[in-house]
Amino acid sequence: MNVRTLLVSLLMLCPIQGWAQGFAGLGGSAEGFDIPQAGYAFDFPKDHGPHPGFRIEWWYLTANLTDDKGRDYGIQWTLFRSALKPFEAEGWQSPQIWMGHAAATTPTGHFFAERLSRGGIGQAGVTAQPFEAWIDEWRMAGADMDTLTLTANGNDFGYELSLAAQGPLVFHGDAGYSVKSADGQASFYYSQPFYSVQGVLQLRDGDVQVTGQGWLDREWSSQPLAADQSGWDWFSLSFDDGDKLMAFRLRGGRGDFTSATWINSDGSTEAIPNGSIRLTPLSSDEVAGREVPTQWRVLLADRDIDVEVSAQTPDAWMGTRFEYWEGPVTVTGSHDGVGYLEMTGY
Amino acid sequence: MLVTIDRVQKTYPGGRPVLRDVSLTLDHGQTLALTGESGSGKSTLLNLAAALDSFDGGEITLNGTPLSPLDDAGRASLRRRQVSLVFQQFNLIPSLTVAQNLSFHARLAGAEDARWSAHLTERLGLSELLDRYPESLSGGQQQRVAIGRAMAARPKLLLADEPTGNLDETASANVLDLMLSLVAETGAALLLVTHSQQIAARLDRQVKLSGGRIQ
Amino acid sequence: MTLAIVQALLSHWRAHWLQLATLLIGIALATGLWSAVQAINAEARASYARANAQLALGQFDELRDPSGPIPLGRYIELRRAGWQVAAVLEGPYRISGRTLRVMGVDMVAYPTLPAMTETEQSATPPDPADVLTAPGRLLASAELAPLLRNQDNLPPVLVTSALPPDLILTDIGVAEDLLNQQGMVSRLIVLPNQPRNLPPLPQIAPELVRVSTSSQIDTAQLTDSFHLNLSAFGLLSFAVGLFIVNGTVGLAFAQRRGMIRTLRALGVPMQRLVWLILTELTLLALIGGIMGLILGFFLAGALLPDVAATLRGLYGAPVTGQLTLQLQWILAGVAMAVLGTLAASGHALWRLARMPLLAGPGVQTWQGNIKARGLAAVVGISMILGGALAYLSVGGLIAGFLLLAGLLTGAALVLPTLLSGALTALSRTATGPVAQWVWADMRAQLPGLSLALMALLLALAANVGVSTMVSSFRLTFVGWLDQRLTSELYLTAQDEDQGREITNWLHPQVVAILPIRNVELSHKTGPLFLYGVVDDPVYRQHWPLISSTPNVWDNVVAGEAVLINEQLARRANLWPGDDLTLTPVHILPIAGVYSDYGNPTGQAIVSMEQLDLIAPGTEARRFGIRLAPENASGMAQALRDRFDLPPRAVVQQAAMKAQSLAVFEKTFVVTSALNVLTLGVAGFAILTSLLTLWTQRLPQIAPVWALGLNRAQLARLELLRSVLLAVLTACLALPLGLVLAWVLLAVINVQAFGWRLPMFLFPWDWLWLALLTLLAALIAAALPALRMLRLPPADLLRVFANER
Repeated sequence: MNVRTLLVSLLMLCPIQGWAQGFAGLGGSAEGFDIPQAGYAFDFPKDHGPHPGFRIEWWYLTANLTDDKGRDYGIQWTLFRSALKPFEAEGWQSPQIWMGHAAATTPTGHFFAERLSRGGIGQAGVTAQPFEAWIDEWRMAGADMDTLTLTANGNDFGYELSLAAQGPLVFHGDAGYSVKSADGQASFYYSQPFYSVQGVLQLRDGDVQVTGQGWLDREWSSQPLAADQSGWDWFSLSFDDGDKLMAFRLRGGRGDFTSATWINSDGSTEAIPNGSIRLTPLSSDEVAGREVPTQWRVLLADRDIDVEVSAQTPDAWMGTRFEYWEGPVTVTGSHDGVGYLEMTGY
Repeated sequence: MLVTIDRVQKTYPGGRPVLRDVSLTLDHGQTLALTGESGSGKSTLLNLAAALDSFDGGEITLNGTPLSPLDDAGRASLRRRQVSLVFQQFNLIPSLTVAQNLSFHARLAGAEDARWSAHLTERLGLSELLDRYPESLSGGQQQRVAIGRAMAARPKLLLADEPTGNLDETASANVLDLMLSLVAETGAALLLVTHSQQIAARLDRQVKLSGGRIQ
Repeated sequence: MTLAIVQALLSHWRAHWLQLATLLIGIALATGLWSAVQAINAEARASYARANAQLALGQFDELRDPSGPIPLGRYIELRRAGWQVAAVLEGPYRISGRTLRVMGVDMVAYPTLPAMTETEQSATPPDPADVLTAPGRLLASAELAPLLRNQDNLPPVLVTSALPPDLILTDIGVAEDLLNQQGMVSRLIVLPNQPRNLPPLPQIAPELVRVSTSSQIDTAQLTDSFHLNLSAFGLLSFAVGLFIVNGTVGLAFAQRRGMIRTLRALGVPMQRLVWLILTELTLLALIGGIMGLILGFFLAGALLPDVAATLRGLYGAPVTGQLTLQLQWILAGVAMAVLGTLAASGHALWRLARMPLLAGPGVQTWQGNIKARGLAAVVGISMILGGALAYLSVGGLIAGFLLLAGLLTGAALVLPTLLSGALTALSRTATGPVAQWVWADMRAQLPGLSLALMALLLALAANVGVSTMVSSFRLTFVGWLDQRLTSELYLTAQDEDQGREITNWLHPQVVAILPIRNVELSHKTGPLFLYGVVDDPVYRQHWPLISSTPNVWDNVVAGEAVLINEQLARRANLWPGDDLTLTPVHILPIAGVYSDYGNPTGQAIVSMEQLDLIAPGTEARRFGIRLAPENASGMAQALRDRFDLPPRAVVQQAAMKAQSLAVFEKTFVVTSALNVLTLGVAGFAILTSLLTLWTQRLPQIAPVWALGLNRAQLARLELLRSVLLAVLTACLALPLGLVLAWVLLAVINVQAFGWRLPMFLFPWDWLWLALLTLLAALIAAALPALRMLRLPPADLLRVFANER
């Protein structure tokens, strides 16, 4: 048992033995915590805020950006909430732990930072109306979810971006009830994939003005992985014609579980059931001492999608307390586009 | 009689007898040379006569005092008062000066005589050496100091064990002359151990020991 | 050929096994004492380093509020401005009469706290949910754990080897409850890896002061002097042990001369002989060194608990009482043994190598000795002067020790000349021939004995010096305790409310109630504890001022002046008339300096009103209560009963004094133990020297014996000589010891601890030491004397015959 695994569980709420049961303890049991139920009626703006009765929750924003010279960049801004116990309390007694991850990926490098905080003392948290999600000086805030400003800093990068939603929220799975395994583990999952983004990246070599598109994921649950699932590969792809695709594969001892959402440019969606989408690694790179697939084939026969998804910067490793790969990708093949790829459990 | 040695026997622990039934007398003023091979027992006989060691049988009488009843302290006391000794080497006390060495025995015996001492110093030619330490003297000078120390107490008996054994011929003759003339002058008796016939011939009597017996 | 030579050389030891034993014991003693001290030092240093690393103390800058605790809101503001800081709440916590320190860290903000990660890496790592949520977990050393587990109201305990004794590490949420300080933070650790665009501190929290690592109190630095002290003792013991080696090797070589001459006559080259003997010595040194390491390990194990107690008592330095074996220590010990042995044998070997093939049994010449002695004396005097010069010109602790080293080595080198002079003078008074011979003979023996006598001189001087220092310190300390502990009872309430309740209840019944309130500030020389006092005759009469201005108390109680302790005065060079900067806006003139033994930190006293101005809201939980001494016991019990106070919350003056003295006594246990050991080693050195001289004694004694001194007389004279030399040495050691004591009290103490002590003289101790020395000399000379007594006349007679 090493430090990292402990810290993973420290963050991701469940006992240390969780490691054996799934990545970051997401496969742990859910005693005392609320369980997502199908047919839930979302209540906005309240549901933009935290749900302390659920074990884990995130506000996960990624953006594909370009500068005036056409170079590709990516940024990530994530706030995780993880509850050691299913309630909130004032001061140091709060069992809610918050973790922020921020990253900037350039054509030549990948920079990231991590923040940790406890709830209850005001160092980190989320309010729904007006919307603010923060940890330390990192903020994602706005009058509502449609117009947001976004900041984060590390010791070698920072960004200040403004986001404007160009479309509606979209709901994954069965109207936001997203099944994660054949056994029925599920989460609440909705996105805002239509942000237009502009702002400045502060990099070592100076500030870079960028524009592009952003994608916010909101997800909460208490036990999203099955006991045998060890990691996932998650894609958010934006095709040049305005359509979008969210797809993930949960790797498990009893076989993979896939799920996807087809998002039309007008925001209408179609849920794609387990087994319909094929996500196949084509080649891998050695990143941080591991073999990580950085080139994929995504095949969705129903929509005539057959594309190659390639990492823009294979080195986009998040060397945070629990480690994973997260970076911008380029899409070529039957459709062209950009997107983000997240891979855990490698 | 000054010294009477009567059937003396001596055996060192774990060894063969060194002296077997040795008898000998020495009168006042007499000089006697003890000769013999190496290991014949002649030095042992001298040491016994000097009350330096105890013996196993027989008796030695020194100026009327029988030695056999004496213990270590008794023998030491007798040595202090009755006997003067000159050995082949290491006669002198290294930590004392020549002057201190010269007077040491006489002062121990309580028989210090300043005028006699001055005379002795003169006779032995030691006037220049009084403040020196023994280690800085030649062999002949050392032996002259030893003779001076021995004679300072005007002993009745002088015992000498190869006193010239470490000296060259000239120094040897010089030391022997001095000793014999001082003995004659004070009327002391002399018992001298030597392996040299030449030296023995200059004394009144010669006795030869062989294998622990008188021949 | 080599094998044959080795056989011949080794045959010597078969015949002289006692000599072999002595040699090995000498090496073992030297190595053992030295290694023991090294092990103790290494262990203590490792403890500091460990503690500092585990607690991340002294590694990162800190933010503090000079006026007191930091509200939680400030912490959040700093974090939300980007400052990566971790909150720490700490304070004392008393359990069963022991004062422990609780350190509560925001374990979420600083989860990589090394002590925590170490616990996490253990076989049964804690569940983070347990650590971070109620009731939480306490981390403590194995030694402390049982005590904590016996308390009903405490969270479960996790044992970790990473923590110093007397410290409880926990999450800040738990500490808040234990210390009853909700919403407060003691200090903020500035974590590494700060983000870019950080706003400056004054913009967010102007009242906070950034304390850089260098000005934080550093235990290692604080205790350096203590360890230097121990090292000096270890080195002294090592030197004294080498005297034994020197003596024995000298003897063995002298006795083997005949054999070596024979070997050379048989055609063995000298070079090969020297190499073989060097190899032999190295092997012996290895064996003796390993014996010494074993000895040292156990010795250190025996002494370490007391050293740990000392360091904790004196400096609050975290040292565990357990010893771990380190490879580095073993290698250093063996190297010291080998180098020391070769150094101690060098002279003998050199003489052997230069011995002419046909030389007689060398008796050292007088002239050579006198010349060597004169040279030693000149070198010795230069060393004394050099040490003094170093101290006068450079100053500081290291120079203080240079002064000590110069003084001791110099005095040792001058010793033979002084002894020789004394013996010459004494020999003039001799009347009888025997007396004259005894003095002369002692002088003749001096060169052979001088090394052993130097060892004795050093051991005695160290003894006198150190015991004078300790006793002076003790006397001063007891007097100071009497002055300082003036209240009959000392009370600690559970909180301020209870404090008020108790004082209200007490007021009609007692003479006075003296609140004790303090706050930790920081001065540029280190932490500064500021105390408030109310005006009371007891302070005016008894407070141990060592320097003051007129009307000192009037000025202090009027809030116009401050008193500081001697440590702060010396460290910051501030004396009555100077100004003390308590905070940037509170600067007060210094009215007096008081002695404050046993406290490493700076301290200042102002009036209670002034304290409230400087640091509003310091807790009022502790009180001194003055009442008729005969009522103290009854009142203590009455207080405990009425207010349901634990026994330790009400302490009587007498108990407090006893406790303080107990700590003090422990402090010097090690010093006295090393003292006695050093003296023992010196006695052993005399014995070996006398045995070495034995072969050279016969030509000295035989003529005297032949001229009419019996063996019993000679044996008595042998004893007398040894005792006389020891007494003479002791007489010279006394003034040296007193000078040493003065240096320790007036130079080393001031530099090391920050206080100067008056020096008291203890003639009865000297007498006792003199008797001990006589005994040691008698025991050392007993064996040679016994040999003398039993020596067969034939052996003496052999001197005169030409057999050599």
